[in-house]
Amino acid sequence: MLPAPAPVINSTTAEFWKATTEGRFILQRCDACDIVLWFPRRNCPKCWTENVSTFDAQQTGTIYSFTVVRKGTGAFKDAGPFVIAYVELADGPRIMTNIVDCDIDALHIGMPVEMVFHDTGEGSALYRFRPASR
Amino acid sequence: MTIRGAAYVAGIYEHPRRDIPDRTLFEIHTEVALGALADAGLAMSDVDAVFCDDTAGFGPMSLVEHFGLRPSYFDSTETGGSSYLAHVGHAAAAIAAGKCSVALITLAGKPRTGRHEVSFASGSDAGFESGWGIAGAPHTYALAAQRHMYEFGTTSAQLAEIKVAASIHAQYNPNAYLPYAVTVEDVLNSPLVADPLHRLDCCVVTDGGGALIVVSPEVARSLNRTSAKILGHGEAIKHTNNGGIDLTYTGAVWSGPRAFAEAGVSVADIKYASIYDSFTITVLQTIEDLGFCEKGQGGKFVMDGGLVAPFGKLPFNTDGGGLCNNHPSNRGGITKVIEAVRQMRGEAHPAVQVPNCQISLAHGTGGSLGSKHGSVTLILGQEDA
Ligand SMILES: [Zn+2]
Repeated sequence: MLPAPAPVINSTTAEFWKATTEGRFILQRCDACDIVLWFPRRNCPKCWTENVSTFDAQQTGTIYSFTVVRKGTGAFKDAGPFVIAYVELADGPRIMTNIVDCDIDALHIGMPVEMVFHDTGEGSALYRFRPASR
Repeated sequence: MTIRGAAYVAGIYEHPRRDIPDRTLFEIHTEVALGALADAGLAMSDVDAVFCDDTAGFGPMSLVEHFGLRPSYFDSTETGGSSYLAHVGHAAAAIAAGKCSVALITLAGKPRTGRHEVSFASGSDAGFESGWGIAGAPHTYALAAQRHMYEFGTTSAQLAEIKVAASIHAQYNPNAYLPYAVTVEDVLNSPLVADPLHRLDCCVVTDGGGALIVVSPEVARSLNRTSAKILGHGEAIKHTNNGGIDLTYTGAVWSGPRAFAEAGVSVADIKYASIYDSFTITVLQTIEDLGFCEKGQGGKFVMDGGLVAPFGKLPFNTDGGGLCNNHPSNRGGITKVIEAVRQMRGEAHPAVQVPNCQISLAHGTGGSLGSKHGSVTLILGQEDA
């Protein structure tokens, strides 16, 4: 499995990362202007209200762009070739992530993908994607 | 008020070395500062403004202390490799406002032989835009290249043409890190670093530094050296836009028009361009975004020697650029201004000197095309421009 180093967690992102340990991917929506927020924030970046709500997002999307890293460094030093991608979520945001459990030669922009969670062992799980099963 | 004609680049210096194990960061700052001051015909005691990036210590304080100066103006704007172009624009504005008259801008770094830290994501994006095994600029720039290819049919061979053009120029630069010509095949046969970028799509990693002296018109007139008049400056930050990133364009779509409007010139007036070249894709997207060709047509534009000096459609990076000559401290901005000034002075290598180089452009892209970056465009002219 691709290494899953723990992210830095702060008071703004704690709720998000806790949800990942339960297999949930939560997004925020601004109550005032109804836009979806990415990444987690206290204030809407459009109207700056603190009145933002969270919801359980769909765990599907499509590949917006991707790259195969031929040789990683740090925790990824021995990972072999791996994939970094932007996935466009069904709920809208384009998010940085990894594509896993895939044939790297078969990847293409627009490919449907579904979310998987890789436990970091430190109270969080990394949200990654694999080719959609159907 | 604009800065058009309100300030001049009067002195330039590029550190000649590409490996500097025997000097500290601050010693390199001093060396390049003195070099640029000597080029202008000025002394350290003339400096009344200091500009530097975030790697020079605690804001501008460490460097000012190191130089032993007491400037009336300072600025440590940090937008990665484009910082120094922003510094030129900010220095011109400060000079126009009467805050200072001799501004010193320096860059020094030792990514080859010394400590170097890169942090693309230390803000609220930490853990979201960072992580994922992203361990350097190639990974995120590759995302931009892949999407550009998907939307516009850009090919790896077209990207390679950009490296080839830079390498043709680098042959004439004895200080260049890679002072020899390469072919499209050489680029395509070099190992993939992060698909679709090959090793030779990437810039060189070099120790080094550079410095610029920006002065008031009164000071410029008092010097024996030819100065480059600052005609226009534009800057912009492009970011992930709340999950709405579009990888097909850069912040040059905003910084470019600001600079052209201030300068009162158009792309047709630009005789030479220093285009930030951290990667081949950086150049391709930037020339589209600055309006040298239609969006998506960059691949066609760079073919058939489009970027080769002195007679290509847009002679670029005649020092060999970051792709072949020098990318000191992993930041190519200061060398972009330096080569543009050499062209305006007629002091580029004769083989790549653009005839009658009356107006030139220098553009910086600092940070990452794949997440966020600072874009800065400068337009420089000869005295009668
Ligand atoms: Zn809002």
